[in-house]
Amino acid sequence: MRCQYDCGSNEHRLSRRTLLGGGLIGGVTLGLGGLVTRTGVAEQVKSKQQRILNIFLHGGVSQLETWDPKPNTDTGGPFRSIPTSVPGMHICELLPYTAQQMHRLAIVRSLNTKQGDHGIGTIEMTTGRKNMPGTTYPHLGAAAAKALTPEHFPLPGHILVRSAGPGSGQAAYLGPKYASVNLADGKPPENSVRPQNLPSEVSARRNDFRRKVNDRFAGRRRTADTDAYTFSYDQAEQLMARADVFDVSKEPEADHERYGRHEFGQHCLLARRLLEADVPFVQINHSNYDTHFENFDYHIEQLGEFDKPFATLVADLADRGLLESTTICVMSEFGRTPRINKTYGRDHWGNAWSVVLGGGRIQPGAIIGKTNDNGTAVVDREVDHGHIFHTILQSAGVDTRAEFEVGGRHFPIADPAKDAIRELLA
Amino acid sequence: MNAVEPDKTHVAKELKHDRPLTACRFDPTGKYAFTGAEDNFVVRWDLESGAATKLEGHDSWVRAIAFSPSGETVYSGGYDGRIMSWSAAAEKPEPVLRYDAHLGWIRALAVSLDGSRLASCGNDNLVKLWDTADGKLVSEFRGHESHVYNLLFHPSDGSLVSCDLKGNVKHWDVATGNVTREFTASALHIYDKTFRADIGGARGMAFSRDGKQLALSGITNCTNAFAGVGNPAVLVLDWESGKLAVQYEGKEKINGVAWGVRQHPEGFWIGLSGGGGGGWLYFWKEAAAEEFAKVKLPDSGRDLDLHPDSLRVAIAHADKTLRICELRAKPA
Repeated sequence: MRCQYDCGSNEHRLSRRTLLGGGLIGGVTLGLGGLVTRTGVAEQVKSKQQRILNIFLHGGVSQLETWDPKPNTDTGGPFRSIPTSVPGMHICELLPYTAQQMHRLAIVRSLNTKQGDHGIGTIEMTTGRKNMPGTTYPHLGAAAAKALTPEHFPLPGHILVRSAGPGSGQAAYLGPKYASVNLADGKPPENSVRPQNLPSEVSARRNDFRRKVNDRFAGRRRTADTDAYTFSYDQAEQLMARADVFDVSKEPEADHERYGRHEFGQHCLLARRLLEADVPFVQINHSNYDTHFENFDYHIEQLGEFDKPFATLVADLADRGLLESTTICVMSEFGRTPRINKTYGRDHWGNAWSVVLGGGRIQPGAIIGKTNDNGTAVVDREVDHGHIFHTILQSAGVDTRAEFEVGGRHFPIADPAKDAIRELLA
Repeated sequence: MNAVEPDKTHVAKELKHDRPLTACRFDPTGKYAFTGAEDNFVVRWDLESGAATKLEGHDSWVRAIAFSPSGETVYSGGYDGRIMSWSAAAEKPEPVLRYDAHLGWIRALAVSLDGSRLASCGNDNLVKLWDTADGKLVSEFRGHESHVYNLLFHPSDGSLVSCDLKGNVKHWDVATGNVTREFTASALHIYDKTFRADIGGARGMAFSRDGKQLALSGITNCTNAFAGVGNPAVLVLDWESGKLAVQYEGKEKINGVAWGVRQHPEGFWIGLSGGGGGGWLYFWKEAAAEEFAKVKLPDSGRDLDLHPDSLRVAIAHADKTLRICELRAKPA
């Protein structure tokens, strides 16, 4: 079947960056690089590549042990709150380094996602949509990669840095080129180094031949799938040429010390390297926070690992002038119950919890929303995964009220029933 | 002492607090029990009248409680890292000494045989020795590489023993601060690769009356750290050799943690479990790994102490209740 999704017009050759930045201005609808926007074009082109860093705390981090402490209450647990670099803003004492970076970050304390299932919560937080059986929406990383990746960008637009094991960011209808490239254990993508027994000239000759055959085939039977296939070869070649981007050992020794030699520290340092290379979307997974048992001991352990590298990464992005073009989010699939169970644990809880955002257009130092005195309910500015999804992308300059065009069909970039948390955006 | 009948153990008294309890200790005179809870208070309970007196001053939960040998002074150690001393019998106890002792939680306190030193341990991986007269730091013992969960003075030679999260037991020379010996209770620890976290530690610790054995209680066979899937266990080590003498577990495997252990003067060991399998009192003796008696408790247990009369035990429960149980049949 003949491919219908790209007419080959000049508009389609424009960079996806043209979609950025002007989303709130309004204007005519144009088809650009597979997207449809209501905005003008030239004035929206940003001089700086926009990026998104999403840190996913698997298992459901406790909002009470992080961003919304309630000390001296029946639900508050044993930890105290500490002041931050933002006057009047307090967070849990388990995050002393992060506390000193809060003037660069913002807290949303009023999520009510009404979801306590790990799988569904993960899907909803990373797609910004209500989970519907039989329907798959693109991961935030896929949407970001499609919207933010410059044409001819040599690296993947959607990278997931995680521990060994399963898990990836699905692209759904956006097509496989926007699915996550996974750096398991922080290692470079598999087979990204040419085997030593294959000389580069031989490899080049093979690829030339493959291209010739492929072009002949594509001339008659080009589809979105064959394009993705071709793209993966091109990307693999480009990626091999830039393989050093994935090599965190090239970072200075002092930075390894600052971030910590443990896995999450190294993953944060790798994320900095990837973001400096203008990769549009990087997600780091940190595991695990599913603390039904002895929640407090485990949060000491896990947040003890999270705090310093995360704070160091935020500070480094700011110091290197990257924070204004890098939107940061720290999320989980849900929070944890205010009620402490009989084994000192907290269980799954989506009704009143928090995420942290920063960089990009996020208002630094802001606190959005409020929970009641012991954290059992949202009492002000209730939001959910849909609002967070819009906010992250709008912070990175994407008009989330626009649509992606794929194969001639239009798909809303984000849930049309929701919008960004406007007061959080500069 | 009246004869005890462990299998006839029953709840003799219930003392209600307004938050789940975390700790309990009888004072050496046997008149009071002191508790810690999921609040910032230590509560003194008059065992006769049931009257409760709050000791206020901590900024976090308290799990460590210890006494001077005479019982005149009670010491509390909190998750705020603070040690406080109080006059145990004062009508309204006020802090006598109050000092920031550890960075992070204090998990256990112990008083030396002559009462002149207080030992503390906590999440900064340190063991510290304090002068009880003025609260001054006497020495600091380094060597543990994970949170220090418990410590005790040996009942006859006065040396100090501590156990950390990973089940590493260190025997300290109090005078020099040197580690005399190290041995392991590694059966009480695992690193859960799925959840990527450690679980373990001596939740309870006690010497035998003659000082020839050291018992450490906790969780073993743990297959899911974040759901607490594992079994309560007490490891009894031969003090002279440091080798495992016996590992006590329940005949029927239940999920939980052995939160406390004490030896009764008649020679048997009492263990308390709490967790997914509910609260149980176990009674073990000699080399038999399985209990000779066990008693179901009304709720999950979190701490245990044996009264000086050796007829009663105090159990801190998650359901906000301190239960005083008698180790014998109910009076007719």
